[in-house]
Amino acid sequence: MSTLSRRAFMQLSATALGGLVFNVGFPARAKAFADRVQGPWVFVRIDPDQPIVIGARGAEIGQGVKTSLPMLIAEELDVGWPQVKVEQLPYALIPAETEAGIAAKYGPQGAGGSTSIPDGFEELRQVGAKLRRVLMQAAAERWQTPIEALSTRDGRVLHADGREIAYAQLAARAAELPISEDPVALKSAKDFRIIGKATRVADAEDIVTGRATFGIDARVDGALVAMIARCPYFEGDIESLDGRAALAVPGVRHVVRIPRPDPDKGLVTNLAAGVAVVADDTWSAKKGRDALKVTWKRGPWSGDSSAALEQKALRALDDPGSSFDDARSDGDFAAARASAARVIEADYFMPFLAHCTMEPQNAFIDLREDSALLIASMQSPGGASRMINAMTGINRLNIDIRMPRAGGGFGRRLENDFVAEAVHIAKAIGKPLRLIWTREDDMQNDWYRPSGVHRLAATLDENGALTGWSHRAAASDRRFRLPDFADASSWIACLDPDAFPAGCIANYQAEFMPLEFGLARGWWRGPLPSFTAFAIQSFVDEIAAAAGQDPLAFRLKLLGEAREMPYSDHGGPTIHTGRLAGVLKRAANEIGYGINTLPEGHGIGMAVHFVFGGYTAHAMQVSVREGRVRVHRCVCVTDVGQVVNPLGVEAQMMGATIDGLSTALNLQITVHDGKIEQGNFPDYPLLRMADAPDVEVHILHTEFAPSGAGEMGIPTVAPALTNAIFAASGKRIRRLPIGNQLQS
Amino acid sequence: MMSTVFSLNGTKVAFDGDPDMPLLWYLRDHAGLTGTKYGCGIAACGACTVHVDGSAARSCVLPMQSLAGKNISTIENLGANGLHAVQRAWIEEDVPQCGYCQAGQLMAAADLLKRVPVPSDSDIATISNLCRCGTYPRIRKAIHRAAAMLREEADA
Ligand code: FES
Ligand code: FES
Repeated sequence: MSTLSRRAFMQLSATALGGLVFNVGFPARAKAFADRVQGPWVFVRIDPDQPIVIGARGAEIGQGVKTSLPMLIAEELDVGWPQVKVEQLPYALIPAETEAGIAAKYGPQGAGGSTSIPDGFEELRQVGAKLRRVLMQAAAERWQTPIEALSTRDGRVLHADGREIAYAQLAARAAELPISEDPVALKSAKDFRIIGKATRVADAEDIVTGRATFGIDARVDGALVAMIARCPYFEGDIESLDGRAALAVPGVRHVVRIPRPDPDKGLVTNLAAGVAVVADDTWSAKKGRDALKVTWKRGPWSGDSSAALEQKALRALDDPGSSFDDARSDGDFAAARASAARVIEADYFMPFLAHCTMEPQNAFIDLREDSALLIASMQSPGGASRMINAMTGINRLNIDIRMPRAGGGFGRRLENDFVAEAVHIAKAIGKPLRLIWTREDDMQNDWYRPSGVHRLAATLDENGALTGWSHRAAASDRRFRLPDFADASSWIACLDPDAFPAGCIANYQAEFMPLEFGLARGWWRGPLPSFTAFAIQSFVDEIAAAAGQDPLAFRLKLLGEAREMPYSDHGGPTIHTGRLAGVLKRAANEIGYGINTLPEGHGIGMAVHFVFGGYTAHAMQVSVREGRVRVHRCVCVTDVGQVVNPLGVEAQMMGATIDGLSTALNLQITVHDGKIEQGNFPDYPLLRMADAPDVEVHILHTEFAPSGAGEMGIPTVAPALTNAIFAASGKRIRRLPIGNQLQS
Repeated sequence: MMSTVFSLNGTKVAFDGDPDMPLLWYLRDHAGLTGTKYGCGIAACGACTVHVDGSAARSCVLPMQSLAGKNISTIENLGANGLHAVQRAWIEEDVPQCGYCQAGQLMAAADLLKRVPVPSDSDIATISNLCRCGTYPRIRKAIHRAAAMLREEADA
């Protein structure tokens, strides 16, 4: 079971208005602490004549959990969604009988790996169900009737004889009743009235009126504003610094050196050495930073370039003496190759990518003697808490962390380097501050999606049947400065050894070679699948073409019988071939593949992949003219199991599809002379309205456990697009981004 | 130093700070109006879009000294007398994901509808504001819906 139900207990208390709050309880010995930190935040508050307040525990980064997680509580509490007011919960810890002496007060609050819904699906429904139970008990007592005679609906308890009473009128008494420590019965899916219903973003009105606050909007009286000039060379350092001109800029108060992180220290803090300028407002901080006289020492990686990395990858792949790490090996690919009638081989090139969240990184921090307040847009508030503790020694129970909306995440905010920078500055100046990054800072100081080359080989027998598949990748691997990765496999996030077609071909091998590179690498939306699906789904298409077979029929035949197979990475433990086939067939059908007659010059391409427990297929109809691809239709079919909010899932699929198109068409980060070459949007041209197609989203309603939805819509976009380009023009794209490759 | 006098959301204000300061930072740091967002600082994303004398403008490249006598209106003022049609349409079409770009998108859309009351998809495509979350398909629907709402209101 989850953290929440194992380590903490739920507690009811009365409110001054005669209502109740339902919250996470504290051990008796922590009573004083509870009184101090319980604050106004609750899972549920029911007061007479007030909306029912439900707390949203997850980090909202645009994936919709501020709506979908409270829906889970509301469903089992059995209130009408319009009666609910959602409030964001802060990150909170409580004392607990654990080894660390603490536990997460509200359970998991981070955003990563599309886990918020699977983590919360049982746990948060239990919160609602337990509270509903005591409200029914209060009604049973009042009416002197067995609880079995009662039911609930829209925030009222109903008696079989027709009497009914609002929860708010029962709240004062219910607050005195004991709450079940054991799980209580939950609704069956057919009785859901909120789960599965299209539900709009809970705080949409705040967003459209500009009232919603993001990390960058944190305003605390007296806080200064900091900007940092960072060393542009990976692992470089400050060579010389003259801060006098900066200090002479009106409004500038401090110039502070930010130390180079020590990669051997075992703690990931800030990314780069730098110089912070701290001023009264953003504009003076910016002018002060522009006035700094600073020169940089080139680090050990200063000769590196992305072009050289690619050459290194190709040399490794070409050299018969190279030794690759073995990720999976079924049957005997070498033997299949030796006896093959035909071998097909292709290389696929993946660039570095930035996350480029719309809201650049930032952090507000107020460090006190033995407490701290952090307000920032984050995906890993727990990581921020640990980092502040490690850097300052402040007890984690005294670190108050607020989680405003985040202007995008995409994996960037799983790292907390910006928090580390703010802590460094706060320690030096002893005052509260908000650190702000410019767009250039953000694009040039990221934890980039890895880059590398995939080499795929397939063997066919004399009948054109596929007998073997080999997938080798050489890439700057994901294990960058992260001590917790010491035991991780070298191919983590770069090779998907259990993905289709593993298990569908007798002789199958997946191998990896990590390449050293200075650039920081991180998680990027759907990290593993989005790095590999392009190569796999393009190559399947290439084999089908080489074997003279229809690409859809070829895939379905390979998938074979519907069955579950082991899957060892995130999203496992199994992968289901029937669900892969299900989304693929539906996508083909929706786009009219093999049914509609296409206009001259049009082609349809598709792709399917397993992503963290969910299954998505894309099918696109495109044409290529004058060196440009035009998407005429774009279909996305997803099976994420039980759907909590179809409107939210549709938004995630649309958004991820646009993200995937944007990335496949034009985005890459390149390194030259040890530095990033891109700086602002003109160098990293995200798709705009003019080039964004409508996305036809279809959600399969299956009864499998829910998988979450934030990352499922992106990995298949690039291969569906390039397969469609091939179908339309005969041109095979093996290098991302597509850029101007269609012009030749 | 001469102060710059202009109108901000209907109120007359005077500014005597650095004349080069972009309006965006004045709004966010001095006027307490954080609804207008920073995205790029070089007029490339539209997150900072406001209305200057009724037309959409990117506030990150508008120095304070250029504002004398102008009427500046921000997202906080768009729904001041009840939500604007674009705001209602945005809620109904469930447009926002992270929401960060949306103030700028709404200001751009309101400006478009004033100039082109019945916009085609290609008129809508002239809005070049970036949305990293990819909400463009729903923005497009919402603008059409807002246009229809405004027409109905005009007929009523
Ligand atoms: S911040 Fe002004 S256009 Fe990007
Ligand atoms: S909604 Fe996130 S950038 Fe547009």
